Amino acid sequence: MRLDGVLKRRIRENLVAYAFMAPALIVLAVFVFYPIIYSIPLAFYDYSGIGESHYIGFDNFIKAFHDEEFWIAIRHSIQFVLVVPIIQILSILLATLVNKKLPGISIFRVLIYIPVVTSMIAVSIIWNWIFDEGGVLNAILMNIGLLKDPVLWLGDANLALFTLMFITIWQGLGYYMMLYLAGLQSLPPEMEEAAIIDGAGRIKTFIKIKIPLLKPYVWFCSLMSVISAVSVFDVVFAIKDDGGPDNATLVANLYSYRKAFVNFEFGYSAAVGVLVSIVILALSVFVFIYGRRGGMSNNE
Amino acid sequence: MSNDFETAFKSRNKKIRKQMLSKVLLYIFFIVICAFFAGPFLWLLSTTFKSGENIYSMNLFTAHPTLTNYIGVIDFMNLPRILYNTTFITVAGTVLDIILAALCAYPLACMNFKGKGFIFGALTSTMIIPAAAGMIVNYLTVQKLQLVDKFGGVIIPGAVSVFSIILLRQAYLGIPRELIEAAKIDGASELKTWRKIMLPGVMPAISTLVIFNFISKWNAFLWPIIVLQDPQKYPLATALKYLGGQFNYKFGYVAAGTVISIIPVIIVFLLFQKNYINAVSGAIKG
Repeated sequence: MRLDGVLKRRIRENLVAYAFMAPALIVLAVFVFYPIIYSIPLAFYDYSGIGESHYIGFDNFIKAFHDEEFWIAIRHSIQFVLVVPIIQILSILLATLVNKKLPGISIFRVLIYIPVVTSMIAVSIIWNWIFDEGGVLNAILMNIGLLKDPVLWLGDANLALFTLMFITIWQGLGYYMMLYLAGLQSLPPEMEEAAIIDGAGRIKTFIKIKIPLLKPYVWFCSLMSVISAVSVFDVVFAIKDDGGPDNATLVANLYSYRKAFVNFEFGYSAAVGVLVSIVILALSVFVFIYGRRGGMSNNE
Repeated sequence: MSNDFETAFKSRNKKIRKQMLSKVLLYIFFIVICAFFAGPFLWLLSTTFKSGENIYSMNLFTAHPTLTNYIGVIDFMNLPRILYNTTFITVAGTVLDIILAALCAYPLACMNFKGKGFIFGALTSTMIIPAAAGMIVNYLTVQKLQLVDKFGGVIIPGAVSVFSIILLRQAYLGIPRELIEAAKIDGASELKTWRKIMLPGVMPAISTLVIFNFISKWNAFLWPIIVLQDPQKYPLATALKYLGGQFNYKFGYVAAGTVISIIPVIIVFLLFQKNYINAVSGAIKG
């Protein structure tokens, strides 16, 4: 009898729990889990959004491997990982600086963070204007005599990708700075005091004490930064949605987007997406293993 | 004696002066850094008050400030309509996210049920998997649901975020168990317990989520471009992308539109920055 009651109550509790979760789980199932799972089979079909689709085996992948643009796009996405060490080093330095207890320091923190909360479209409009051929930057550099002729920051095939990297760094630094600041503030202050009493200089304390203690943060931030660098899209789409000049800013996700929403080759685009995910996974594993070997995890 | 005292006094003075100097240098350094991050915004702002050919002039201040760019862009973009679109998408999306996440996180924090570990694991794993690949499939789904060119198609795919669920679960865990037990003994239903005890208990977390949602939904531009076909339905960020593309020569308008789009976000961020920053840095600790 009692057992029956316990069982009943347990069933009821299960029902209640799932009733609470049902609305969210339905949305997530349809728009988060289904796409993750379904984009893999989609990659094996030629599907144009309308009409019939056919199973075509590995044809989409073979097509990608034979497309020069695909390789250009992948190369540029991997090149974009160059921003990772720059962002990480600069944001650690910034975090150390704004960790000082000075009057008004929180104003500085907030100002550095403002680009993070600004929409990519606004950021792109501002920097497009600054980097324009007749824009502010060229005007300044020519005025002080550093340049004779205007530089096409976004129009020169050799420069455009680097200019986009610069904008990415500008927008992202504040975010990582805040994460590292949280890390610095969680460190026990006695450590630093002890090191200074022992006669270690500030720089030495920073390198020998703080950086090792921050390792879990460095690992986490680098991983996130690598993932977002390889899957870079917003900044390119907002500023150079044609991937120009001469495909100089064509990155993998822009290529995939173009194939889907301009050419309506959804199956092919899904295949490219799968390949990009593999690249991201490979790089993440690399960061993970490197982090392990370098002892970036403190839990060992 | 007095000589000793004097040198001691002098060296102390020197030390203070050195400290002062390093502090001043530090502040100058900070100001330079902040000019780098916030300067472009101020510059853009000053540009919006310039007219015609002065737009590329480098002066921060103009002798004849004008509001023509604002008036022009409000008219050209049909700003009231665009603002209505943005507000609707932002508010509806935020409300949905908070209700769905608050409901979903409750059992995950406070109940025992079959599959709890699996569901929680599946949720956290999506935070690691890159989201970009999902866009194509989601577009096809929206198409099947006949939501293309409708606000529903913009809002529903992002109606609940895993991040919100996990943040609220964490917040629920902080509510004392005895409160829930007491409510149960009083005979309150689960729904009533949730509404009367749990929800009020996680209000700080909810307010953080409101800010997060507001900023990300207000700024979203890509998904609306994909789903919406009629530019009259565009939210602000998407409309700006469109404006920038077709209206490159009239930079004053574009700049004024950009300033209008940034201001609400900056106000919300400045008002709630403590909350916001704590949540950002809390995510890494969690």
